[in-house]
Amino acid sequence: MAKRKRIGMEVALAAAEAVGMCNVDVAAVYPITPQSHIAEHLSDLVADGKTDTEYVTVESEHSSMSVCIGASATGARAYTATCSQGLMLMHELLPIASAMRLPIVMSVANRPVNAPLNILSDHSDIMPQRDSGWIVIFSENGQEVIDLTLMAYRIAEDKDVMLPVIIGIDGFILTHMVEPMEFPDQKEVDAFLPPYRPYATLHPDKPLTMGAFAMPDFFPQMMKAKDMALLNSKKTILRVWDEWEKRFGRRYRPVETYRTEGAEVLLVTMGSMSETAELAVDELKDKGVSAGLVKIRLWRPFPSDELKAAVKGARVLAVMDRAVSPGMRGAPVFTDVKAALYSEDSRPIIVNYVMGLGGVDVTVGDFVKMGEKAAKAKKEEYEFYGVMG
Amino acid sequence: MAAVTWQEISQGNIVLTPGSTKGYHTGGWRSLRPVWDNSKCIKCGICYVYCPEGCVSQDEDGYFMADLDYCKGCGICAHECWPGAIEMVEEG
Amino acid sequence: MSIVKNFDLYAPRLIDKVERLAAGHTACAGCGEALAARLVMKGLGGDAIVSCATGCLEITTSRYPTTAWEVPWIHVAFENAAAVASGVEAGIKALRRKGRIPDRDIKSVSMAGDGGTADIGLQALSGVMERGHDMFHVCFDNEAYMNTGIQRSSQTPFGAWSTTSPPGAVSFGQRTWKKNIPEIMVAHNVSYVATACPSYPLDLIRKVEKARKVEGPAYIHCLAVCPTGWRMDSSLTIKMGRLALETGIFSLYEVENGKYRITVDMPNPLRPVQDYLKLQGRFRHLTPDRIEEMQARVNLEIKKLMNKVDKLPSWPDLTE
Repeated sequence: MAKRKRIGMEVALAAAEAVGMCNVDVAAVYPITPQSHIAEHLSDLVADGKTDTEYVTVESEHSSMSVCIGASATGARAYTATCSQGLMLMHELLPIASAMRLPIVMSVANRPVNAPLNILSDHSDIMPQRDSGWIVIFSENGQEVIDLTLMAYRIAEDKDVMLPVIIGIDGFILTHMVEPMEFPDQKEVDAFLPPYRPYATLHPDKPLTMGAFAMPDFFPQMMKAKDMALLNSKKTILRVWDEWEKRFGRRYRPVETYRTEGAEVLLVTMGSMSETAELAVDELKDKGVSAGLVKIRLWRPFPSDELKAAVKGARVLAVMDRAVSPGMRGAPVFTDVKAALYSEDSRPIIVNYVMGLGGVDVTVGDFVKMGEKAAKAKKEEYEFYGVMG
Repeated sequence: MAAVTWQEISQGNIVLTPGSTKGYHTGGWRSLRPVWDNSKCIKCGICYVYCPEGCVSQDEDGYFMADLDYCKGCGICAHECWPGAIEMVEEG
Repeated sequence: MSIVKNFDLYAPRLIDKVERLAAGHTACAGCGEALAARLVMKGLGGDAIVSCATGCLEITTSRYPTTAWEVPWIHVAFENAAAVASGVEAGIKALRRKGRIPDRDIKSVSMAGDGGTADIGLQALSGVMERGHDMFHVCFDNEAYMNTGIQRSSQTPFGAWSTTSPPGAVSFGQRTWKKNIPEIMVAHNVSYVATACPSYPLDLIRKVEKARKVEGPAYIHCLAVCPTGWRMDSSLTIKMGRLALETGIFSLYEVENGKYRITVDMPNPLRPVQDYLKLQGRFRHLTPDRIEEMQARVNLEIKKLMNKVDKLPSWPDLTE
């Protein structure tokens, strides 16, 4: 594999650069901290003619998703980015985009939702979008942001997929970090990403109607079709990830593991916290705790098979959630993991640590503490790590 | 409507046939229907213009009639007809 | 001033015969909105893409697996028809520039009711007009949220009954006057703003053709008489639109680069508003006092409009 030049760049800018390499036709991005640098840098790229993109300076996130839907429906490659309140404002439109099978790509700079207002980092904005029918992939570091963004349209626009994709980028923790990263060159991206050739578009030469309403005689079938589309998309996601590995040497998997062989206690993480957890696993092992790490990369469609395989043999799972699901005594990743493992003959004890909310810094030491605690667990637990009282 | 399998639903629930509502005959709605008296008709076409269904058409001689498959019997054409050539007649 | 008295008599030769809104749609008998949409399509032609808001027009024309539309058409949600149309416009623009579709003019148009334009849809409309997209928006104003059951909107006339502004022991009906959306559009520097009514079909079609030709945003506010919601006989739809004009309740004008011009003359003197109100059940409860109040307000609104017609120069004239 040819050695490429690594450059230090703010991850948000790198995300915009990656979008700029994808020959996006229409971008409608409404600024919101901590995504704004993506919106701004993409603006710069358009202004300098580095990408031939219609940049629509919409007046709200609801309109940015509306513009993307309209543009995508004409056969244009559409992009947007948001997080937190912006994502919540778009919420109404997300199931529409997926039901209409429009391959929009959206970067989400994961940030807490009000109230109270908090501009930092957690996953509470993406969790309410769980049932939206979008493919959701989490990134762990800047290089992954570039890679996953470049792969997003390839996955979304595949004729066996035709679904919109969210790339999760932890707000501030990733977006505002300067990291050394490498970019493929434009020729390589062009070879990897074919032009968008949709099955049906809005054009007078072939008039059709999108967004018809449905009565009970068709509605349930449409919902099943939506579910099946998302479930079946995994095949394409794996295929695209395989191809990326062949071309660029970096491997992505729906569930990734770190030093899990023979491990008794497995930390289960998602997003940027995974890198920190890796260091904690090393430390735990040095301390004699039989620990390992399972990283969920593909959030939707949920990788049940891969998760089952990854946690086989473990006694305890310590699921880290960066969001709360009030009233459930279990946060979203925890409940999904539990549900996926329910039918297994042997099931681990699962403890849930809700941590890192509102941008709280979760250190290697914190993970070590949680790992040590989990190693002693005798039954299911649900705890807000670090919250006194 | 016949039951369909989920696989038969078009991708994205797209309706591919423009104007396909023509398969639904709204003519079954009406209780009155328009009848033209061609001796009074001046062929102005205002009945054609004002029909919300767009179901009034002109024959080779220039006279007008409603397509009874779609006419809902609203009575606009009869009301607007300048020389009063259209009468709304009860169905049945 | 109409020179040829029977100009309208030669309608068949003056109107595009192609029907771009197919029959079989489930609009009420005598629906003014369905007729207005049908006539708008005659002015718009086939080289267009329509983005429609949730509402009467959308529901009656797009029940899966059928559609009444003979042009490409998309419905997304209630409040974003204009925003979706701006996305369509941006998409077509990019695709033409990049050579992915033939370089042919395709007009993006958004259609919404009074709710999807003036209330829940106002933000999207404002954003689109401010951004200057090459598209126009048509508001089919049937003066209430008709599709959901005749609830009031900001366009419901003063004193009118609606299910959320019903007259009762302590209420006389709708308490507010129509929000002036055409004026709001002029304030957005929209170069072509017009009002229309299907009772004056040639005026409507001409305005649609004009809006289509504008290279930039345009807006048409179209009165859509609703026999069902206004509680009147379905055969009176056209007459009601005429009475709206003749009483001064709805005026037909256009604003080109800030210059107001009446396009269909009102009688002088105007007919009393009572002539319009007495034919509609939604006004049946009004007392003579209330009607007098409405008459005074209609007179004022006409004065406001004529003041703009007489005094406001076009923007190009102002820059000289």
